[in-house]
Amino acid sequence: MLRILKKALFTGVKSEALAEAGQQIETVGPELEAVIKKRFRGSLAIRAVDAGSCNGCELEIHATNNCYYDIERYGIHFTASPRFADMLLVTGPVTRNMETALKMTYEAMPKPSLVVAVGDCAANCGVFGKNNYAIAGAVADIIPVDVVIHGCPPDPTDIIRGILTAINRT
Amino acid sequence: MTVNTWFAEKMGNHGIHSTYLEDHHPAHMPCLEIRLIDWSSAAQLARQLEMRFTALWAAEGGEHDEHLRYTYMVFAHPKHRHVMLRTALRANEPAVSSISEHFIAAMRMERVIQEMFDIEVSGIPDPRPWLKHEHWPADAHPLCGDFAADTVMPRCPGEYPFIRAEGSGVYEIPVGPVHAGIIEPGHFRFLAVGEHILNLEERLGYTHKGIEKRLQGQQAEQAIHLASRASGDMTVAFGWAFARAVEAAAGVVIPARASALRAILCERERMANHIGDIGAICNDASFAFMQAQMQRLREDMARLHKQLFGHRLLMDLIKPGGVSVDLNAEQNLLLRQQTSALAIEVESLRSIYADHSGMQERVIGSGPVSLEEAISIGLTGYAGRASGIYVDERVEEAYPPYDRLNVRIPEGRDGDVATRVWVRFEEIAESARLIETLLGDLPDDDICSIWQAPDAGVSGLACIESWRGEIVCWVRFGNQGCIDRCTLHDPSEVNWLGLELAVRHVPVPDFPLNNKSFNCSYSGNDL
Repeated sequence: MLRILKKALFTGVKSEALAEAGQQIETVGPELEAVIKKRFRGSLAIRAVDAGSCNGCELEIHATNNCYYDIERYGIHFTASPRFADMLLVTGPVTRNMETALKMTYEAMPKPSLVVAVGDCAANCGVFGKNNYAIAGAVADIIPVDVVIHGCPPDPTDIIRGILTAINRT
Repeated sequence: MTVNTWFAEKMGNHGIHSTYLEDHHPAHMPCLEIRLIDWSSAAQLARQLEMRFTALWAAEGGEHDEHLRYTYMVFAHPKHRHVMLRTALRANEPAVSSISEHFIAAMRMERVIQEMFDIEVSGIPDPRPWLKHEHWPADAHPLCGDFAADTVMPRCPGEYPFIRAEGSGVYEIPVGPVHAGIIEPGHFRFLAVGEHILNLEERLGYTHKGIEKRLQGQQAEQAIHLASRASGDMTVAFGWAFARAVEAAAGVVIPARASALRAILCERERMANHIGDIGAICNDASFAFMQAQMQRLREDMARLHKQLFGHRLLMDLIKPGGVSVDLNAEQNLLLRQQTSALAIEVESLRSIYADHSGMQERVIGSGPVSLEEAISIGLTGYAGRASGIYVDERVEEAYPPYDRLNVRIPEGRDGDVATRVWVRFEEIAESARLIETLLGDLPDDDICSIWQAPDAGVSGLACIESWRGEIVCWVRFGNQGCIDRCTLHDPSEVNWLGLELAVRHVPVPDFPLNNKSFNCSYSGNDL
């Protein structure tokens, strides 16, 4: 236990200070917090769905939770069920085999709901291509999308910025 | 290079005639054509010789004999290396006998050739479709030449017959394809009694993106972007496997500096994923401190990758003929310093992990896979090493630059979650050592050779040790340097079976812990 405390103490607070300039997340941060406080009563629940990605985007969505970005400090958290999610974060080109599951997840959400398409594949099927027997389409071809975040995969900062953009649209 | 005739001679002794195919490379991983009737007995012989099965796939004849379909299988021997066997199927009713009774891991690959090529696999224990879900039309066989890549398939009614259990007190838990977390999609069907899992059945294919079909007709320089996205967390290893296969086919030798840089990238990828997964395993046992620390280290790695190579996950840095990035002296020092600092920090965290009784209580003895079971399915990578299979292509094949490095393989025995984690800690330390060695002695030459695609009909095979285990990639070229058939085999295809074995009698709540300790790729399996 002592070693855990010591390690935690020496590691210190790694979350990047909101005031620091030059880092994209800082300019996003305070803005995001204010919007979430106002519109979502301090809590935005996100359900992430991989509709067929290569798992690169999942790694970067995971990274938004690490101590540097610490997305939870803005009141954003990932939830296990679409039933109480405010936002759907979708990655990957939508494969034919995931099309139904994605639609069902979207339909299970309370409305109004937000949908953010994360990554080039979610935006336009990326390297896997639209003219592909195994792919049903980009996310917007299957369910209504509010914001698209480009990148292969997008950086965690871009993902957080995309979430903010979606919130501002409501 | 001399042709490896070992397996051909062994087959000859058993009355199996084989022909060496000259248009396949490299010669020490020969492609031997055998008669259709000998298919299963060749697999049986491989089993008797204690070879391991690595992959099975099918292909159409290509440029010269487009109406024929072939099946291929690859076996490897620790000393006598890989051998590829090929057989031609009858043109009107393509059928081949199953080798699942000798190598059970072949079965899902046989299910794939059955649905993708319309080849009948006789005697297959489980003939259900695998990647082809119930809503696909029965006559859709996407890898056949007459199936257009952009076919829009109608949605058909159908149901997948899951394994059922009878008896009182047995109940089913269906999970997925959308899981409770930020993970890839797949369906798990648990049969449970009380708290314990009786049987786990995996149902995958949800992320099937038609990668092998889409690779056809692309130039190698373009195709590598797609191949290295077979599984995003193994992007370096997949890129390397693809590059090495096309380089073998084309006879392109890459500069020593390029192979050293590839290995540095690949070992960094190994470290990053092991670090991330150890954190996630601890998180599944509610040890959030370790998760926070490990994710911090992983982020440090990603940031340096962005700074030095322009990509956090190291995508698109390998190309046919070499690599597209170099390191100057200053960058070399930066990478070396961070790698050694990371290794030290991981070691100090490891002692906290090892002394944490709550954590150890969860991992020790959970989800064991015995050596016997591991050999029967051919478990690969860290999961195999945890159970006692010390196979590593970096040692056996010793492709450059590992031929001048002495890679140390951790030797686990118990095959439980704790041992799988132990192996991964060991591998982090070893990868750090390899990176430091490579950076300290980086050969001073080019980072890329001139890439020139080979003639039509020429093929190449490559096996690369990714952080998950052995990747097999085979590429055959067509006209004008276009790829005519490419197959990629993720180690997860085999290791998913390991997870099914591991969780029998494990309490349902310990499933996530076990799942994460294997951390098989869905995307790499489904392609």
